[in-house]
Formats: sequence, C-alpha cells, structure tokens
Amino acid sequence: MSEVLVLVDHVDGDVRKTTAEMLTVARRLGEPSAVFVGQGYAAAKETLARYGAAKVYVADDAVYTDHLVAPVAELLADLVARTSPAAVLVASTNDAKEVAGRLAIKTGSGLITDAVDVATGDAGLRVTKSVFAGSYTVAAQVGTGTPIITVKPNSIPAEESAASPTEETVTTEVSDVARAARVTSRTAKEKSGRPSLTEAAIVVSGGRGTGGDFGPVEAFADALGAAVGASRAAVDAGWYPHSHQVGQTGVSVSPQLYVAAGISGAIQHRAGMQTSKTIVAVNKDAEAPIFELVDFGVVGDLFTILPQAADKVQQNKG
Amino acid sequence: MNIVVCVKYVPDAQGERGFESDRTTDREGVDGLLSELDEYAVEEALKIVEAGEGEVTVLTMGPEDAATAIKKSLQMGAHQGVHVLDEAIAGSDAVATSLVLAEAVKKCGEVDLVLTGLASTDGVMSVVPAMLAERLGLPQVTFASELTVEGGHVRIRRDNESFSETVEADLPAVVSVTDQINEPRYPSFKGIMAAKKKPVQTWSLADLGVDPSQVGLDAAWARVEETQARPPREAGEVVTDEGQGGEALADFLAARRLA
Repeated sequence: MSEVLVLVDHVDGDVRKTTAEMLTVARRLGEPSAVFVGQGYAAAKETLARYGAAKVYVADDAVYTDHLVAPVAELLADLVARTSPAAVLVASTNDAKEVAGRLAIKTGSGLITDAVDVATGDAGLRVTKSVFAGSYTVAAQVGTGTPIITVKPNSIPAEESAASPTEETVTTEVSDVARAARVTSRTAKEKSGRPSLTEAAIVVSGGRGTGGDFGPVEAFADALGAAVGASRAAVDAGWYPHSHQVGQTGVSVSPQLYVAAGISGAIQHRAGMQTSKTIVAVNKDAEAPIFELVDFGVVGDLFTILPQAADKVQQNKG
Repeated sequence: MNIVVCVKYVPDAQGERGFESDRTTDREGVDGLLSELDEYAVEEALKIVEAGEGEVTVLTMGPEDAATAIKKSLQMGAHQGVHVLDEAIAGSDAVATSLVLAEAVKKCGEVDLVLTGLASTDGVMSVVPAMLAERLGLPQVTFASELTVEGGHVRIRRDNESFSETVEADLPAVVSVTDQINEPRYPSFKGIMAAKKKPVQTWSLADLGVDPSQVGLDAAWARVEETQARPPREAGEVVTDEGQGGEALADFLAARRLA
C-alpha cells in the first residue's frame, strides 16, 4: 500500500486536532506517514500512534523552523521523490498552505485547498470543498503528479486506530534560496484557556451589536465550552483581536454549533461560518440577513438574552 | 524602488457567483471588480514609494474586463499597468497563474518588490504568492500585517493562530499583505482624471514566451469535476424576545443536544 504523507500540525509537540483528522483520512487512502517538523516529537509521539501513523519522519533541524515555509517544502519534495506517496495532506493553515503551494510547483503536482472530505474514486482521489462563501460545494480532482491536498480543520471526524509507527530522522540539504526569508522572532500568543477557534465544536461570536462589550459573549461561550469569534466590524473597531475574526479575511470555521450575537451577517462574515452544522443568532434587528441562515434565532437584546441563556444552560447541566 | 503589485479581477462577492458550463468561475456574465484584498497591496506599494521614490506597476491577467482592476489601481495612484490578456489563459489554475505572473514580473525588468494581497476573494487559496516566490527564486515574505522596507531589506510581522513572528529578507522579495496592514485610499477626483493618461501595456503569452499549452483549463493540474449549489438552509424558527428569549435559546440547544 502506498504511503500518504501527513504534515503534522503542532505547536512544540502539542498536536493539533487537525492532525488526527488528517491521519484518519490518510488511512482511507493508503498507509499514513506522519512528517513531524520542529521540536517536541516526544510529546507528539503518542497521539500520532493513536491515530494510526504507520511511520513517522522526524525533521528536527532548526533550519526548518528558522526560515519561512520554503525549507519544509524542500523537505516534503525530497520525501515525495523518495516514497512516491498516494497523496500529501497538510492542514489548511497559512503556513501549510504555502508549503503545499511550493511543493506543487517543485513536484509538478496539482493542488486542492480547503478539502472538507477526500475519498477514493474511480479516477483517483475525489476531493470535496465548498466555494464562493459556502454557496457551492464542488468535487475536484488532481490529474497531474501527486495529489497535494490541504484539509480544512473540523471537517472530518477523527477516529482512533492504534499503530506502532516506525521512526526515521530525516535531514535534507536546504538550498540558500530557501533560507532567504528568516524568522527572527517568534512570540507565542497569550492563551485564553478557551478552545482554538478552528478546532472548537462550538463557536460564539460577537459583532457590532456588542457595542464593544464582549463580556456576555465570552460568558456564554464559557457556559458552552466554546471558542470566541468576532465579526470584522468588531475587530476593525478594536474590540477583539484580529486572530479571532471569523469571515473571508479571517478564520473560516465549521463547528457543530455557531452562535452569532449582534452580527448582521454580511457576505464577508457568512463566508467564514456558513458551513456550520447548526446556526443560532441573537440580534436586535429582525431584518438582519443572519436570520436567513439560522436554525434558531432570537430577535432582541443580546445583553439580556445571552446571560439568561447561559444561566439556563448551567441549570440544565444540573 | 520598483514595485510590481499583482492584482486580480474577481466577480463581486455581493452578487450571484457561479460557474460556466466547463465548471470554471463565471467571469463574463457577472459584475466584476478589483479584488478587495488587493487594494491593501496597492495602498502599501503607494505608501512605500511616497515615503521614498520609485514606481508602482500594477499587473493583472484575465479577460478584457480585468482592465477594470488596473484602472482602479491607477486611480488610487499606481503609475502604470500591465494586462496579460490571452484567450488561452481562461480556466488557469493557481499553478498556471503563478507561471504567467512570474514571467510577466521578469519582463517588467528590475523589480525590488513584488506585492500581493493575502488571497483573491473568489478562489481564496492564498497560495499564489508562495508559488511566485518559488518560481522567481525570491524570498517569500508573506501574510504581512506590518511591513518595513529600508536599506535593501524587508521586515514583516506575520501572525497566525499560535504565534506572532518577525520575518526578514533582503530585496528583491515577494511580499503578501493582509487587510490589517493599512486602510486603502479611495481614488480622488484628481486621481481618477490622472489615471486616464497613465500607460497600460497589454501582453500576450507569446510576449512572455509562455507556451499556451502550459496554461488554461486543459493544462490544469487540478480541476473541478462537479459543482452543486448548496441547498438553501431550511428556514429556522425565529422568535422575538419577550422576556424568555434566552431560555428559549437554551431549550433549543438542549433539544439538539448541543448544550
């Protein structure tokens, strides 16, 4: 069975959920080989085995993390040449997408981004993704080279399948041109204690209607164990950090439940949340376009509705 | 400082977007415009030359109507335009797009900086800047939410979910900018009038030495096989809060086993 290379998405060995999802998909397509780049493999090892990695390539040389994107693309190009994999899967993060882009050129391979599903079809892999702000679903196929696919987080349920991976440390000659963009500082962002936006099963977002007070949004998020998002209007107003922006120019999410509080639902925002399974909105304006998308909506003031809902949720938990 | 800004003409996201019979994006029968995210790249280029010296060339590829994207950029203040126009280009994927743009950048002569937006608002792949850097053999300095260019050197701030990074490289370089970097200007009346006199060159694939068989739908390494409009969401229940709105919301979530 052919290998399927999976570029591990992690922070210092803390494996992100997307990796488990990618390994789950990879098992359908062939034999998953995880490619671990950077420091912290010892911490990641158990998770990679639990989700079925048959092999792990470990590249812990600092050259891969001290320079932007290009060295990892060279590493994967080497592994593709060596292993002729059935596919290469990476997460739909900025870094990994750019790795995928360069890898496509290097290996003469087709690239499909933001897959929500990958299946084996009659004529190769069939990749499903949604386009035009979630208004269309398309099936796409790579016709040339090794299919390179970026997988959208939270799209494919991760399933465990224990394996005992073999390990191989890899190093490659990294070209001078790939060393041209140097990462001269890297500062970890403050952790909120809440789930990460792209991985969360529930997202509660606030918009213009919060008037800048995200208190009720955060409290409701905490009652649900949810991540907090924000509309572009709220971010542009400086009310919430840009890293929480849901929408076309921010993060695209597809959680089990999306709660939009004080968000009108402009196309810019819908692009980032329209594929959520269940959508709930609270807005003062009964005419807000967000209500066209909802499974359940409440017309009213989020400052009274969210706290009341949070209390009831706590009560129901008993 | 010579800056080339790569821009894209895209269907207006506010309108109905759809596909041609060959499942490529319909670019003819819809209202199009300069991709909103490219305005940030044009603005940043203008700020750089205004603070020093140099020229901004705006480069696009696409059908006749794509000239609209160049026009808007010239109105904002770019000095000249290049439109790669060739029937064979229709249906090109990101790989072919990066090939055409890379050859066009080379033909522009001495270039210090290639600037782009963070993504187009139609394809939204965010891979063309990295592909361009790969093809041009230039440093890739992408997703900049802050940019400093001085002394033949470029420095950016790049944010992702977990980190904020500083990335540095020597010029020439390929830089993509996010919508956090600046506030794009609106064309002034003076700018609109001045744009009419600015030079726009039209280049064919032959001018770039690109073989037409390397681009377009038939050459695409990845292609769309099937498209399906997402079924409209079934109208949900919307209640007006009369004091129990929050409880109704919690009950809905409980019934769906979401809370």
